[in-house]
Amino acid sequence: MKRLSEERTKILFEKLAKYIGPNVKLLIERPDGIYCFREQKDRVYYISEKILKLAENVPPTQLICAGTCFGKFTKTNKFRLHITALNYLAPYAQSKIWLKPSAEQQFLYGNHVSKSGLGRISENTEKYQGVLVYNMADLPLGFGVAARSTADCKHADPLASVCFHQADIGEYIRSEEDLL
Amino acid sequence: MDVVKDVLEKSAKEADKYKSVEVNKLIDIDVGALLAIDSNPLDSKALRSSPNDYLLKLTRDNVQLMYNQIWELPTERIEEAIVVKLPKPKYSLPRAKPVPKPRSLTKWEQFAKAKGIVKKKRTKLTWDDQLKKWIPLYGFKRAAAQKEKDWVLEVPQNANPMEDQFAKKVEAKSERVAKNELQRLHNIAKAKHVKIPRFGLTNPDVSSAKELQAAVTVAKSSTASLGKFQEKLPKEKEARGVGAITPGATRKRKLPPVSGSDEKTQNLNIVETVLNKRPKIDMEKAVARHMNDEQLQRSEEKKGERPKRLRKSHGSSTGGGGRKKPKNSNRPRKGKMAGGRKRR
Repeated sequence: MKRLSEERTKILFEKLAKYIGPNVKLLIERPDGIYCFREQKDRVYYISEKILKLAENVPPTQLICAGTCFGKFTKTNKFRLHITALNYLAPYAQSKIWLKPSAEQQFLYGNHVSKSGLGRISENTEKYQGVLVYNMADLPLGFGVAARSTADCKHADPLASVCFHQADIGEYIRSEEDLL
Repeated sequence: MDVVKDVLEKSAKEADKYKSVEVNKLIDIDVGALLAIDSNPLDSKALRSSPNDYLLKLTRDNVQLMYNQIWELPTERIEEAIVVKLPKPKYSLPRAKPVPKPRSLTKWEQFAKAKGIVKKKRTKLTWDDQLKKWIPLYGFKRAAAQKEKDWVLEVPQNANPMEDQFAKKVEAKSERVAKNELQRLHNIAKAKHVKIPRFGLTNPDVSSAKELQAAVTVAKSSTASLGKFQEKLPKEKEARGVGAITPGATRKRKLPPVSGSDEKTQNLNIVETVLNKRPKIDMEKAVARHMNDEQLQRSEEKKGERPKRLRKSHGSSTGGGGRKKPKNSNRPRKGKMAGGRKRR
């Protein structure tokens, strides 16, 4: 388990800020203890200090993962967010999208969201902002990137994509090997 | 007899048609090169009066003489063609291209010449005291002999005892080979007058983006302060993996904080910098918000207009039409709205 270099920490926080904005501070400053980010084999894990102390006792070749995997760094040093980060980012989301039940299944298969599947969208979402995708029962389904701003969405035709798919909870079944 | 006479007369007549085969002249003929040199002086009178005819006659005679010579050689017959084998040419033609310059000497050859070092031929087999036998210096069975000699390697006094001496030897050999190869290529480049820089990229025109990036990173750190005060372009990325060739340029990594709270404060600082970089007044967001507000306004106006229009339809229609506000006609439209709003 390595600490993240400054450059990489910056890249990580920039990506997180796209989805939760200034609430990134709340991820670091938590009332229930100190949580930190550690890196192993280019994957970033979010662990509390207590668990980290225990994880350090395991030899690195035998350690598969510790804490929650937020995502991984690609070969060209870009950060890719994984679906395993959903539970930590959902409460702090800046902009949300609610899907109609018809489009829910499509999104869970990995397709983008079209205007016809859009139920609600939070106000003042700008174009290409990171959004959290919910279903009508307020259950978080995954991450996305808004293809259009809120005002633009009203003028889109029903087949135009409104949100690009980034990660969804269907991946737990579809890409099991990739998540670990 | 008559037949024979007739044939002879016929051939005599035909011979008269063609000019005589005999010509009395002395010219140089090299049959091997099919070359005939006529050094007899030209008849100036004939040349002036009828040059074409005179020259034609002259050439014809010379060619006739050459043919006479060719026919004197032994002939063969290959598939209905009479062939003659030409002898070797005696006349040597002058050079078509200039004499090539002698090859320029390599660096070692120049040095050897200056110092007077002469190449001495070494015998293949040399007596080796350690193995007590004759081993070849090169070629067949050399590698096996060397392996026999290297059955043990001493660790020198000043060396690290955990170092692998065998691996060190192999690495040193490969380094020597690589150096020799580099010098050989330098010699070739020098001989062909190809200019190659001493350091850096040999040909920037065909270098890949990664090589160029590495070159830029190396150049940047080649200053007295190892590139610490060199400005970077806003989106310029430094090459990764050039740490070996830019020693000292990468900043020493600060020791990571020991306690968790120190790390927390460090992370918070980084978050601050990241959030500060985001623009406070985001143009896109402001424009989107502005458009949103306008749309709400317009929809409210429409709601306001509809019941009033219903009332006014009993009255004058022009009044309702005249009430249309030309508001927002000069509003600067941005981006998507530039062409006019698309009605749903």
